[in-house]
Amino acid sequence: MQVRHILKPLATLVALLAGVAHANTTLTVYTALEADQLKAYQAQFEAENPDVKIKWVRDSTGIITAKLLAEKAAPQADVVMGVAASSLLVLAQEGMLQPYAPKGVEKLSKQYVDTAKVPSWVGMDVWGATLCFNTVEAAKQGIKKPESWRDLLKPEYKGKIVMPNPASSGTGYFDVTAWLTLFGEKEGWAYMDKLHDNIAQYTHSGSKPCKQAAAGEFPIGISFEYRAAKLKEGGAPLDLVFPKEGLGWDVEATAIMKGAKNLEAARKLADWSASRSANELYEKNFAIVAYPGVAKPNGFIPANYEQLLVKQDLSWSAKHRDRILAEWTRRYDGKSEPKK
Amino acid sequence: MMAWAWQRFHPVGLNIRRSADEQLAVALVWLLAALLLVFLAWPLASILIKAVEARDGSFVGLDNLLALLTEPRLLEASWNSIRLALMTLALVLPMALAFAFALTRSRLWERPVFRLIALAPLLAPSLMPAISLVYLFGNQGVLKDWLGDSSIYGPLGIVLGEVFYTFPHALLILATALSVADARLYEAAEVLGASKLRRFMTVTLPNARYGLLSAGMVVFTLVVTDFGVPKVIGGQTNVLALEAYKQVIGQQNFGKGAVIGLLLLLPAVLSFSVERWLARSHGAAMSGRSVSYQPGRNHVRDVLLGVCCSGICLFLLAMLGVAIAAAFMKLWPYDLSFTLDHFDFDQVDGGGWLAFYNSLKLAALTTLVGTAVVFFTAYLISKTPAPRLPANLIRSLVLLPMAVPGLVLGLGYIFCFNDPAHPLHGLYGSMTILVAATVAHFYTTAHLTVATSLRQIDAEIEAVARSLRRPWWTACLRVTLPISLPALLDVARYLFVSSMTTVSCVIFLYTPDTVLASVAVLNMDDAGDTAPAAAMASLIVASSLLATLLINLLGWWLNRHAQAWRTA
Repeated sequence: MQVRHILKPLATLVALLAGVAHANTTLTVYTALEADQLKAYQAQFEAENPDVKIKWVRDSTGIITAKLLAEKAAPQADVVMGVAASSLLVLAQEGMLQPYAPKGVEKLSKQYVDTAKVPSWVGMDVWGATLCFNTVEAAKQGIKKPESWRDLLKPEYKGKIVMPNPASSGTGYFDVTAWLTLFGEKEGWAYMDKLHDNIAQYTHSGSKPCKQAAAGEFPIGISFEYRAAKLKEGGAPLDLVFPKEGLGWDVEATAIMKGAKNLEAARKLADWSASRSANELYEKNFAIVAYPGVAKPNGFIPANYEQLLVKQDLSWSAKHRDRILAEWTRRYDGKSEPKK
Repeated sequence: MMAWAWQRFHPVGLNIRRSADEQLAVALVWLLAALLLVFLAWPLASILIKAVEARDGSFVGLDNLLALLTEPRLLEASWNSIRLALMTLALVLPMALAFAFALTRSRLWERPVFRLIALAPLLAPSLMPAISLVYLFGNQGVLKDWLGDSSIYGPLGIVLGEVFYTFPHALLILATALSVADARLYEAAEVLGASKLRRFMTVTLPNARYGLLSAGMVVFTLVVTDFGVPKVIGGQTNVLALEAYKQVIGQQNFGKGAVIGLLLLLPAVLSFSVERWLARSHGAAMSGRSVSYQPGRNHVRDVLLGVCCSGICLFLLAMLGVAIAAAFMKLWPYDLSFTLDHFDFDQVDGGGWLAFYNSLKLAALTTLVGTAVVFFTAYLISKTPAPRLPANLIRSLVLLPMAVPGLVLGLGYIFCFNDPAHPLHGLYGSMTILVAATVAHFYTTAHLTVATSLRQIDAEIEAVARSLRRPWWTACLRVTLPISLPALLDVARYLFVSSMTTVSCVIFLYTPDTVLASVAVLNMDDAGDTAPAAAMASLIVASSLLATLLINLLGWWLNRHAQAWRTA
């Protein structure tokens, strides 16, 4: 008798709560997009799809990738959006992505979409390496502006350079793969050995080196063009340097997880991500977007930016990701005292 | 502790038929014991299990441990942890000893002010001193020149930050140790012609050695298991606590994380057992015949101590103040004009204002639930005829959290509740799990406070209630609870402030919906948004301070209105 008295209202409560949860589909989206970009994307998508709400899980590329791999047995994410294609290729190799051709995918530039017939991932935009150089601090400390990656090895930059840790940051990872591509495997590691002597800190995120350069904490930050342009626009005394050997880059892309609980809504987000209206938003942040003809020139980024990117194979980056990161960690992570 | 007293009134013991209200008490004790098993013992056990599992869950024995031991980076991290903890000890113990000496053995009128400032670091998350150090001694720091050629990023910064973070903990222990002193020993020494220095060396220090040892152990454990300070200011210096974070969060490698968690448990367990052993062999410093020591007039002593304390206070205030000041400045160091922009948390990573509201919610819930659970558990096992098995289980479990660092407990929680097969897996990622973890983490201190206060209350109150055929809760709610209110307020204040500032215990357990202020500080700093991180840390200090003041005010009001019997 008594038990039934308690159970009945409890059951009603559960039913009520369940009802609330199903009125709208909540889509769990894992992302490595910057916090200041998420708001605009979410607002536009939800305005066009009022029945779907996005719940972001945001962290650096490396961490989101590790999280997705760890959850392989019971995936929590419906969609992965704004994560490096080199990471999504790893997930694709593990068979964790649900191939899907979003509406209008044929209009996008081919080199920024998965080559499979039904693509596993679809690109949004390209982000690439940029050096943030603090002119005020440089003048104070009497250091010259570097023009190339090789320049960074000069003794005058000892302890003045910050770069992202490739294990946690997608930006850091494409720097490493670009050096390995540009200089070759053996020379590439030799380059990083010498660069390591000049590095003051390896940071968790790809934005932090540029923010630290902007604050003058360290005069040179190896970062990416969006953060650099944004900080310069905000008044930081920065020069953007595009090293002449070529820039590492990756594609920010969207993919649907295999076993997504809300497949219908996930497809809506994938459709939107490939649409012109979404690409117009990406354009505000990036010089190169997947939808041809949308990109506009940015005052801080040279018009020939796309030609500055190194020729590199993202699937090679994905295939060797584990090996390269293990080697990098063995060589540089936490093995050295801070530079004086 | 009072169970034996209760049994005195029940000479027949177990044969007696328990009344309905007592049966309820028995059921409650079993329930509370079960709760402690689920939320404390189980998570800790799952660390042991995870430590011998591979990524896919298969049994690998000691492979994880062996794999770690052969990695030079881990050995280096362990050595760094020990080295930095010892360096912190070497600085913080003399500082805290001098300060405690000034508080207990001088006649300085500023003592209450000194005490307040000295305890201020308790209100801040451990990340805050590190952020201040960046502003003070970083490459753009105002006092950068003081360091000459050396860099704040690394051992130096870590040690300074940890000194700030651990100072009040060491001080509280040493001040308590020094506050009990038998004046007769000093008189005897003086009569025997011992010099002041000799009296200090032969009477004061030996009496405080237990306090010194236990303060040392607490500081060592705090430093080894803290990763807030090294994360922000450690530069390329790797420590064990950071390594655990990197393995679990960065690489989702739970097995290796578990092994490091076990390593981190070592110093804590060691110090815990040494302390227990000492407590047993260490006789009471004060007996019924002791005469409490009153410091005499001594100008030289007071001036020296005053200068020393002022210096320490200046250091503590600087470490707190610089971060607060930087939170209101536009762009350190280029534009120092006033701004509130950095409080616009929704523009940066970390969780925005939601994180702050979540923290308030966590602190409020932890305070309410924690105080209630701690009080009723202590009450039931000491004042009602609780069955021996669950009561003893509770008694040993509640001492466990003292020996378990927050980071390790947090790891245990993630291993335990993240497992889809766990019956309470649904709790994973909820606010409930954060509240449970926080209550569990701070349980011992809260329990000891309540238990001490309950021990001072005569067991006959319950016996009288029983003979008047009143259920135990009448005696509890009408008599025992009101008498214990001051102790409960102490517990509430402790729980609130601790849950506002803790990072290590919750870092593995939050989700985007339950992100917390202290975690936001960490994440904002990670993304390079140092000023907003300083702003959020300032908010944490402000709300801890406000809660402390409010609770003190409530205590003062209660003291005047409800505790009149104490002076009557």
